[in-house]
Amino acid sequence: MTLALVLFKRECALVLRKPGDALSALFFFVLCATLFALSINPEPQLLRALGPGALWVCALLSSLIVVGELFEGDWRDGTLEQLLLSPLPLPAMVAAKALARWLGSALPLVLVSPLLGLQFELSGSALLLLPLTLALGTLALVFVGSIGAALTLGLRSGSMLLSLLLLPLYIPVLIFGALAVAGAQSGSGFEAELSILAALCLLSVFFAPFASAACLELACE
Amino acid sequence: MNWDSVSAFLHMGGYGLYVWGSFGVTLLLLALETALLSRRARRVADEIRQQTKAARPPLKPRHTGQD
Amino acid sequence: MKINWFYFSSPPRFYALAGRLSPLFFALALLLTTLGLYLGFFVAPTDFQQGEGYRIIFVHVPVSWMSMFIYLVIAFWSAMGLVMKTRISMVMAQALVPTGALFTFLSLWTGALWGKPMWGAWWVWDARLTSELILLFLYLALMALRAAIDDERRADRACALFALVGVVNVPVIYFSVKWWNTLHQGASVSLTRAPSMASTMLFGMLVMALAAWAYTIATSLKRARTLLLEREGDSEWARRQFAGDAR
Repeated sequence: MTLALVLFKRECALVLRKPGDALSALFFFVLCATLFALSINPEPQLLRALGPGALWVCALLSSLIVVGELFEGDWRDGTLEQLLLSPLPLPAMVAAKALARWLGSALPLVLVSPLLGLQFELSGSALLLLPLTLALGTLALVFVGSIGAALTLGLRSGSMLLSLLLLPLYIPVLIFGALAVAGAQSGSGFEAELSILAALCLLSVFFAPFASAACLELACE
Repeated sequence: MNWDSVSAFLHMGGYGLYVWGSFGVTLLLLALETALLSRRARRVADEIRQQTKAARPPLKPRHTGQD
Repeated sequence: MKINWFYFSSPPRFYALAGRLSPLFFALALLLTTLGLYLGFFVAPTDFQQGEGYRIIFVHVPVSWMSMFIYLVIAFWSAMGLVMKTRISMVMAQALVPTGALFTFLSLWTGALWGKPMWGAWWVWDARLTSELILLFLYLALMALRAAIDDERRADRACALFALVGVVNVPVIYFSVKWWNTLHQGASVSLTRAPSMASTMLFGMLVMALAAWAYTIATSLKRARTLLLEREGDSEWARRQFAGDAR
């Protein structure tokens, strides 16, 4: 356990040392959402209808960037092999890395999202729900994404393959996240969607590290 | 018998294009898969035949149990 | 008597068995298809609601069933391959993927051709259609993953792991798409087929479904044989297969 903590601190330090890398997902998110708004007729009615879905798709694409290089650096300089040999259970290692990456790259995105919600004319409760669902959702996406990152580790055309592998798996999170925000926006209720999203988040945080660990062992043989 | 003539059969009560589009493409693609598979099987067989011819005697015994 | 469950997991034995079974199932598929087409076009009566257009279901329904079932079989062989470490299981899992992808594509294709005259649209965002499309993406992802990894052992195991992750996800995806669909679409299109399906219609459909089964078995066994030869072409048993006619 303490070993996992040490690793987690190391990962956080790595993220802090290169804030540019960590924040690229945030920039992508902001740019993508702005482009979305620019590509359509900026009518408040239309913006409000499209907003939840558009922001969620942007966040989903950004999370692909977040997980893209999750194990790449450690794999290239041999740290990963050392970690495989260490007494730390592999799933704990994956969880520590994914959590640190989420804190460094996805959390800024979550914190900025209400501003983008304003761009899309979202109303009070939807504006509050947007960061909440994004926080739960990106956590699930990063953990599920770690499976894809481990599978494509060291492969040519890895990033293309990563999106092909992950996007089908991301669909449930996208649906319930966007529906919750849209439900709050239209006042038709969001509790059920939010609960399911939280369940998906818990399930993926619990199970995905085991699958990723199995995939990592393969990649490093 | 459902059909009075061949043209009625092909016409399918106005749905000819849809019905024959479904059945035709399905049969075509399944036949294509079968053909491609046969070609691939033949190719690998030829390859092994040539290798066997090239390196005739040294057939080392190799365990063939489950793995 | 003790049964050796691994008897056919030895490549030469499997190769011989598949070589005997595959043509058998091909013949069966041909026979059943002919019978099914005869039943579907000449025996089954015209549907009073959908006219002759309903005859598309004779190909659409079997193909759709098969597309989903093949994914489950792939997951089964993947799990076997991971747990038992049998090479044949991995080969079977690999051999089924292209056929499954083909059936999934055909399901979407025939579905579109059925939907256009019946609902007036090639595509609707119905839960079943959407799930089928996502299933196609999963098949394509499996093929892309296989193609990207050079090392055979890693490719086998990576594809097996992804297939298992996918099979856990498919019900969740179906459930979420259905949830989304009921919220957005209401009951604008009803997909339920006429409940009073004539028994000859049902029978024709079942025969066609059996034909699809036989075709899948025949094709996957044949592909598994080919894959085995490609993988183990320089082993002794593979050479012996062709020793007779190599003179």
